[in-house]
Formats: sequence, structure tokens, C-alpha cells
Amino acid sequence: MGRYVIRRLLQMIPVFIGSTFLIFFMVYALGDPVAALFGDKAPDPATAARIRKDLYLDQPLWKQYLHYMNQIFQGDFGTAFNGQSVTSLMATAFPVTLRLTIVAIVIEVVVGITLGVVSGLRRGRSVDTSVLVLTLVVISVPTFVTGYLLQYLFGVKWGWVRPTVSPDAPFSELILPGIVLALVSLAYVTRLSRTSIAENAKADYVRTAVAKGLPRRRVVTRHLLRNSLIPVVTFIGTDIGALMGGAIVTERIFNIHGVGYQLYQGILRNNAPTVVGFVTILVIVFLVANLLVDLLYAVLDPRIRYA
Amino acid sequence: MREPEPPEGPERAEGPGGYDPVGPRRHEAISPTGQGGAMDLALEEAESLEKGPGPGPAGGSGAQEKARSLWSDAWHQLRRNPVFVVSSLLILFLIVISVWPQLIASGDPLQCDLSKSQQGASPGHPFGYDTQGCDVYTRTVYGARASITVGICATLGAALLGSALGGLAGFFGGWSDSLLSRVADIFFGIPVVLGGLVFLSVVTSNTVWPVVGFIVLLGWPQIARIARGSVITAKQNDYVQAARALGAGNGRILLRHVAPNAVAPVIVVATIALGTYIALEATLSFLGVGLRPPTVSWGIDISNAAPQIRNAPHMLLYPAGALSLTVLAFIMLGDAVRDALDPKLR
Repeated sequence: MGRYVIRRLLQMIPVFIGSTFLIFFMVYALGDPVAALFGDKAPDPATAARIRKDLYLDQPLWKQYLHYMNQIFQGDFGTAFNGQSVTSLMATAFPVTLRLTIVAIVIEVVVGITLGVVSGLRRGRSVDTSVLVLTLVVISVPTFVTGYLLQYLFGVKWGWVRPTVSPDAPFSELILPGIVLALVSLAYVTRLSRTSIAENAKADYVRTAVAKGLPRRRVVTRHLLRNSLIPVVTFIGTDIGALMGGAIVTERIFNIHGVGYQLYQGILRNNAPTVVGFVTILVIVFLVANLLVDLLYAVLDPRIRYA
Repeated sequence: MREPEPPEGPERAEGPGGYDPVGPRRHEAISPTGQGGAMDLALEEAESLEKGPGPGPAGGSGAQEKARSLWSDAWHQLRRNPVFVVSSLLILFLIVISVWPQLIASGDPLQCDLSKSQQGASPGHPFGYDTQGCDVYTRTVYGARASITVGICATLGAALLGSALGGLAGFFGGWSDSLLSRVADIFFGIPVVLGGLVFLSVVTSNTVWPVVGFIVLLGWPQIARIARGSVITAKQNDYVQAARALGAGNGRILLRHVAPNAVAPVIVVATIALGTYIALEATLSFLGVGLRPPTVSWGIDISNAAPQIRNAPHMLLYPAGALSLTVLAFIMLGDAVRDALDPKLR
């Protein structure tokens, strides 16, 4: 186990360097961060050259990247467009996005698994077919369409919830955005748990449990569900990274000041430290979530052994 | 839309082919990627094809019927599937109106009359007018062209690049295979909308090509992974060994023996990916970095209509409906093709 973790951690390094360098390259080599500081005006060449020197931008790209990574590991993520340090932006943005992610995951788990279990147990019946059609429809409608539609219906027309989220973003205001964010993954969780339940329902241990005379409820909750949820749990684990980075659209629609909002602002203003800093953290979250899921998998399913 | 049984493979802690940080686990058909649930579904659909050879691709129906090839068998299956018929008719219609939009819309999508801003439906203008006073119906019809162009070009690019690289890596193995997996991992680590925002915000072009290029850039690793797995399965078959024993070279084996038997999963994943790429293009256009005016695009129209949703929801609903229907059609088509190509599901 320990050797496996060390091997995985070592193998993460090239992926981490590659992903961050790719984003770094896009921001610093394709865009021009110094010109962006001046907005619409053309920068004075001498001033621009001075800023370039101060910001280490006159060096070759790989040197800039090494310098940047060096600074990051010392905890210095640079300065955002409004003069705040990127770390303080992160301190306000990540808790908000984390709350949104938690809401989305809870919805995914509760609704997705319930629908999956119901349709998996009634495979081929009308309930099953309608759930499958429903998941297809949910997948086909892009997030920004469902976002605006639900915001309009629940927030404006019927007035059940506040259409936008206040800067504090308490849990109660994040329910609707959480639903919007969760929808596509929800469809996937439903399909995954349906397949898994339908497959395990034919297993010997379920037949044994039924033959023992256990009530159906106990067979499903204790025997069937426990084994069928392993793939679902692993999917949800890896989904955390995707949800945190993928919330740009949702956060924009509901005016949530989280990671996606800050990233969008950073990209609009071509503020390189914000973009690269946030993406670096997101890549780390993604990689660590994947590793944790693989380890969790061994805990949940004793048949898996890591050598 | 029946789900396949996940294959009972050997116990493996990681994805096929050694280390795979985001690779599928044993019970999971395919691992999630940065592209969100829709793409995950696409990959899940295709991966089920590349596993068990089952009763063999051809002649699965046994003695009662004349042996048919996988493709003609699949075609027989498809023609009787209502999902396939409906979705392919819809796609055919979309392709026709994206080539000749004037067939069903007589107006000019760029000709607008500000005095009619945000007005509702009126005779001859069934979908009403948008904020600029343009006819929503005409713009919705003309918007199909951008979406279909981006979808088809991006899918062709990603499928060709991905299956070439993935197929070669799977066939030859060794260091090129490991290199491909590492490079693919790097692309999986980047959330796709985020990468699009960064990459496309620095491009100043009014054509569809930067968007197509970006989608190909982030889309090929998924298809490469499918093609690689599929080629690895196909090259272990006896007929490949037989061909090699008869003295066939690598090129001949790859093109004549492996490729025709490994292409099915790639076709399925490419069909479903087409739908998700159209949605991705609309999302990027919505965020202001995809297609740009004067290109008529559903994403741009939805983005413009969104602030006015209280006053004139029709401006948003029609392009959004067209977009969703298009994506749905491609995903359903991929689903039906998967069902037909997988002999285990009969």
C-alpha cells in the first residue's frame, strides 16, 4: 500500500508539470499580460519594458515557469488585477465553491442513487425507461440553459428562492445553483447505479439473502446497495475536481463569487497570476481526488489489493 | 438503451495498460474526465464495445440465419430501431437546413428592425423578435449552420487524430504507448471550459476554426484512449496471428485486419462526442469566447437573450430548444448505434 502511494505520487509529478505548463504557456505566451495591464491604451515602451523586467517577463518561458513554480511553493501566488493578493482571493473564493460543491454532491447522491436503485430494480419496466429517457434529456440540455430556465421559473416567476446569491453564499441560497451544477453528473450517477444494481441483483449473495427469508427492504439496503455503490462512490470522488472547476457557468448565472467567478474575471482582464494560480490549485485538487478515490476503492472492496 | 454488463475482467487496480490516474476502475466502465457527465457517458457507451469479443463479431446469430457481417447485421438491427430512425431523420433535417437555410427561412438573419425589439410572435414571424429586433425564427434556423459545422469538423479532427495516435500506440506498444498515456493525462487534468476560456480569449478571429482547433486539441485524448483499448483487444485475435504467420507486414495487418475490427467503438464515441462538442461550442459562445458576431450561433443568441429573460423568454427558449434537440439527436444516434454494434445486447 505504502509503495503504491509513493509510486502514484511520483507519477503525478509529470502530469502536474504538464498541465500547469500548458495553462502557463497559453496565458503567458499566447496572451500579453503587460499589454493587458494598460487596458485599451497602448503602453509606453519604456514603462512596458520596465514592468516586464520587474515581473520577470523578459526571461525565456521555461525560466519564467520555474520562477513562478518556485514562488508558488513558497506560498506567493502573485497579485490580482485589483491589487489584492491571489491568495486572499482564494481564501474568499474556495470556501464558497466548496459549499456549492457539497450541495451539488449531496443532491447527486440522494437523488441519483434513489433514481438509480428504483430503475435498476425495475429493469425494463416503464419506470426504468422513463428514468433513462429523462437522463438523456438532462444530458442534452446544456448547463447554461437549465441554469437560466430554473432561475427564471423558481427565482423570478414563482419566487420560491432568491434568483441570485449574496456574497456570503450561505447554504440555503446555494440549493438551486447546486441543483443546476449537479444535473449532468446526476444523470451519470443514476445510470451508473442502475447498471450496478441490475448487475448485482443477480448475484448469488442476493439470492441467498432472499432464500433466508429476509424482508425485501433489508435485502436491498444491506446486501444489494452496499456492494452496488462502490462504483458510484468512486465516480463521485473524481467528480469533486470536475465540479469545482466546472462551476464557471453556474457561478456566472447565479452571481456566486467563487472559484469560477474569480477565474472568469481573471481571464476577462487577462490577469495571469489569478488564472494560473487558480488552475494550479484545481489541478492539484483533481489529482489528489483521483488518488484518494483509488485508495478508497481498496478500502471499500477488499478484493482489490495494491501491491 | 439497455446497459451492457460490465465485463468481468481480471482484477486490476488501475485502468488498462498500467498506471492511469484517471483511468476506469474495475466496476466502472469509464472514468470521468474534465469534460463532465455527457462526455463520460459517451465514453462509457463506447468502452462497452471494446471489451468481450463475445460470440465473435460476425455470425453471432448462429445456424438459423445466413451469416452476416457485423456491419450488415448492425444495419438490419438499426433499421428496426425507432430511436435510430427518429434521430437520424432529425440529423438529416439539421444538415439540410444548415446547408440550405433559405429552404425554410426566407428572411435575412442579420436584417433587424429595432422598432420591433422583443416583440412576441406575429404572423410570418412565429418565434417573435429579439432585443435587436431580428427575427428569432430566422436566426434559429441559420444558427444550425455554425453548430453543425463546428460539431462535424471538430469530431472529424478529433476522431482522425485520436484514432491514428491511439491506434498506433496500442498496436506498437512500448515507449510510444506510455508517452501517449502521459500526454493524454495532462489534457485530462485541465477542466475543458476553463481551458477553452484561456485558450480562446487570446485568439482574435471571427471564424469557426479556432473553436474547432481547440475542441480537437482537448478532444483527441478521449478518442485516442478508446481507439488504443480497442486496437489492443483486436490485435490479440487469432486471425491477426495468422496474418502475421503468413508474412503480412505491420502496415497490412494494421489496415486490413486490426482497423476494421477496432473501428466500431470509435464510431460510437465520435457520434456521441459530436453532440457534446456542439454543446461545448454553445457554452463557449455563451461565455463570449467561442464564435463571435456576426456569425449566427445559438450560444450567442442565448447569451444575448439571457438578461432579458423576464421580459421576453421566447428569445431564449427557441434557440435553447433547438440546441438541446440537436445535442439529444446525436446522443440518441450514438446510443442506437452502440446497441446495434454490441452483439452481447441482443
